[in-house]
Amino acid sequence: MIPKRAVGALLSTVLGLVLLLSFKTPEASGVASSSRTNRAVVDQPAGAATKSGTTSKSGSTTQSGGTSNAATGAQADSGYADGTFTGQDVSMRYGDVQVQVTVSGGAVTDVTALQLPDGDGHSARISSIVEPMLRSEALQAQSASIDLVSGATYTSGAYQQSLQSALDAAGR
Amino acid sequence: MIVHAEPVMGTVFSFHLADRDGGSQALRDALSLLHEVDERFSPYLPASEVSRLADGRLAETNVHPDVREVLALVDHAAMDSDGAFDARRWRADGRFDPSGLVKGWAVERAARKISSVVDAFAIDAGGDVVATTGPSRPKPWRIGVRHPDRPDRVAAVLQIDGGAVATSAAYERGAHILDPRDGRVPSDVRSMTVVGPDMTWADTFATAAYVMGRDGLVWVAEHPGYDALAITWDDALMWTQGMDSYLLR
Repeated sequence: MIPKRAVGALLSTVLGLVLLLSFKTPEASGVASSSRTNRAVVDQPAGAATKSGTTSKSGSTTQSGGTSNAATGAQADSGYADGTFTGQDVSMRYGDVQVQVTVSGGAVTDVTALQLPDGDGHSARISSIVEPMLRSEALQAQSASIDLVSGATYTSGAYQQSLQSALDAAGR
Repeated sequence: MIVHAEPVMGTVFSFHLADRDGGSQALRDALSLLHEVDERFSPYLPASEVSRLADGRLAETNVHPDVREVLALVDHAAMDSDGAFDARRWRADGRFDPSGLVKGWAVERAARKISSVVDAFAIDAGGDVVATTGPSRPKPWRIGVRHPDRPDRVAAVLQIDGGAVATSAAYERGAHILDPRDGRVPSDVRSMTVVGPDMTWADTFATAAYVMGRDGLVWVAEHPGYDALAITWDDALMWTQGMDSYLLR
């Protein structure tokens, strides 16, 4: 498990929001209801409770329970509560960003930027944020239809153990 | 489909070519180009022009035109990235090393050689992918973005009709990329993937944006046609708006 880094505190709140909603944690049954996001959760299913999240009146959410390892995380479609979730403002180099995430049928269906930096040429293309790494669980099932892998294979030794070498072997 | 894996430039290049007349010859031409580039640019070969430049045994005015071109490109990249990419400063030992740009530049040239003969192909240059589609393979290439913890898994899949996908990360060979501006190991994101029309810049932007961290996403998106996806230490994916059109959901 990688230690959580103290990076961009504001930004991590938004990340935390989505991560928090995405993890089905076996130990989560004991989490008090006060740890829910105050405006976000709609009909949160049992077993999909938040993970040590804390909530403020402004609707911001911080993630204090640490991150989850995607390789051991829960299924991607089991941990979401349906609804629309708004993240706190995030300060980035060129201004503030705020995102809204829509969850439907247990999956993230939309990520919208509510607020983007403005006033200069940078702003138009900036946006979009966050989706939990748990996607990898589902994506692994699709890997049979992947043609190539992008991923910093710096040595030939690393190649031998890579998914790419398997794909090459399959193609020959 | 012609599939070939070639060890060159310290890694392995995978080629997937639609089976067309002249494809094997085009592949051979691309391979000899890559080995020629390697001999000229390798920082590990004492006799390479890059090694002799770094040692001061060769003056910048006396280099091969290819090296002169790369020198101009690395200088441009350093300026464009405010020093987050700097071939003259990023190594711990301070030696000049343009490897962060040369591989992408070489792949782009190899791809152009092949594209004059084969309409659909993909090259995976140690994790940096160039792909094109055409009549003999109209469906987009599906390119997985490697999971940072697991070499055998992907964290996202991108569908590419034509373009370059480059990833910079430190999950292999340790922390080999240093921030040229302060000599530190970048720690904001675990990996940075860039999609765009030209591999020279996709590769260079991925390295620079990896050093910049999350701000690198925004920086990449300032370049028309280029988009970025980061995997953070929080195990989240973040991407720029244009990346939506590539991400498989």
